[in-house]
Amino acid sequence: MPRRGWVLPSYYWALLALLYLPILVLLLFAFNDSPILVFPLRGFTLQWFRELFATEALMRSLRNSIVVAAGSSMVATALATAGAIAFVRFEFRGKGLFMTVALLPLYVPFVVLGVALLLWLSTIGVPRSLLTIAAAHTVVGFPYALLILIARLVGFDRHLEEAAMNLGANYWQTLRRVVLPLIAPAIFAGWLTAFTVSFDEFAIANMVVGREPTLPVYLYSQLRMTARLPRVIAMAALIMAITLTIFFALVWLRRRVFSGGRAMRAIRPGPAGLG
Amino acid sequence: MPRQSRGRLWALIAAPSLWLVLFLVLPLLLLAAYSFRAGVGGALFRDWTPTLEQYRILFATPAFLRLLVMSAGIALVVAVLATLLAYPVAYYLVFRIRERAGVYIVLLMIPFWISYLLRVMAWKVILGEGGAVNSLLLSLGLIHEPISALFYSRLAVIVTLVYVWTPFVALPIIATLYRIDRALLEAASSLGATPRQRFWRVTLPLSLPGVIAGAVMVFIPTVGEYVTPSLVGGSSGAMYGNIIFDFFGRSANWPLGAALAVVMLLLTLALVGATSRISRVERFIG
Repeated sequence: MPRRGWVLPSYYWALLALLYLPILVLLLFAFNDSPILVFPLRGFTLQWFRELFATEALMRSLRNSIVVAAGSSMVATALATAGAIAFVRFEFRGKGLFMTVALLPLYVPFVVLGVALLLWLSTIGVPRSLLTIAAAHTVVGFPYALLILIARLVGFDRHLEEAAMNLGANYWQTLRRVVLPLIAPAIFAGWLTAFTVSFDEFAIANMVVGREPTLPVYLYSQLRMTARLPRVIAMAALIMAITLTIFFALVWLRRRVFSGGRAMRAIRPGPAGLG
Repeated sequence: MPRQSRGRLWALIAAPSLWLVLFLVLPLLLLAAYSFRAGVGGALFRDWTPTLEQYRILFATPAFLRLLVMSAGIALVVAVLATLLAYPVAYYLVFRIRERAGVYIVLLMIPFWISYLLRVMAWKVILGEGGAVNSLLLSLGLIHEPISALFYSRLAVIVTLVYVWTPFVALPIIATLYRIDRALLEAASSLGATPRQRFWRVTLPLSLPGVIAGAVMVFIPTVGEYVTPSLVGGSSGAMYGNIIFDFFGRSANWPLGAALAVVMLLLTLALVGATSRISRVERFIG
């Protein structure tokens, strides 16, 4: 049935070229031996990478981001795992309401979520810090982890749990020994997604940030200073390398989670709502 | 429900519910409460008598409404353009590449997984006055002074946002196209539909849930944007999100900012509600 044609393939590759071009330009300047970002290129240098590692504030913000992303994604995934099991295996009043509220961060513009959190924190008198960013990110990462886990829980055979309980395991033993190991790949996929969502999130972090910035907050503050751009771009190149590693890990993982599924199911939407 | 089972349910659902109430429900309710305050002064709840004053100011200020309409317009344009750009790619991957599409999708998604700020920054580097396009044209002798109109404009905001979101929209469209039963397409053909008719009358209508979900997934974050406009938009490219942000920062008028935020919140929730019959975004995650 498929007709052969050249229009669609050319379109695909042209769009791909357009998507990659800005990134390649950015990469080019990360190695260009000139403090200003203009053509023609001057020559190859690793100076910006050396300066990058010597810039304490930058490395500090990177560390902050990793801590915030790791902490918030772990909390979000733990809560989402409990929530997903309750949602799939139990009937209860307010089930619909729980889901609606949990999915709200997908539907509320981040600027609204950000100011609401800012207002809330100042009202209850919590000083802004990395902790408040992490708390905000748990809420943002939660729906992703929840949906990934629900998809996995719906897919597996409930009889396995019944068998474990018939064989004498109590409910919590069954959860720990049977259910959790079975959904472990989904837990990991949910965690990784929540991690990347947090790692990249700027709009909300920018409002609930204290004195210690996360990496996007730091990057943003540097974007206005032209003299520091090459260093920031070198950082960009480095983050791209890290992000791509995570991305490929995720692709590989999703294939395992949905093994037996088709290639199409390998990749699901990544972080949304970055604005 | 047996009591034992209820205990288990409570143990599972209590923590996530509490967390959501604490960091999502209460903040949003407080935002709404704040928007009904009369002014900046006074103790938070002691002197609080709900008033529509902030909403009166909001709707009496043409600049706010203009910005709201413009932001919705920009978000609509970005959503439509990104969807139009992504659709042929999704179609190509599902109907021509099919089994080997995994790699093609990965190639498409790599740019999306690169930090959002960095992708926006890339456009700053490219389009800026001392940027790549200008310096390239200058060094080639095609122009003699930098073109400043490339950057710090509403157009730059739209270009950047379309760039950012296009690969992302492809995913829900791919998912719905993939689920279309091939037998329907064959039936259309054997009943005499030309390939063109088959596309417009069968394939496209069946893929609408993915198209709508994709467009909504772009519209929501775009309509609330304040970061991209502040980086590439300049003063003429400011959006509604920027004034909300300003009222909570420099201008420090939280009640009015809260009213502006509530209006935006209701607008997006209305949109989600209106499209939820055709398509729900969450079906495409997980």
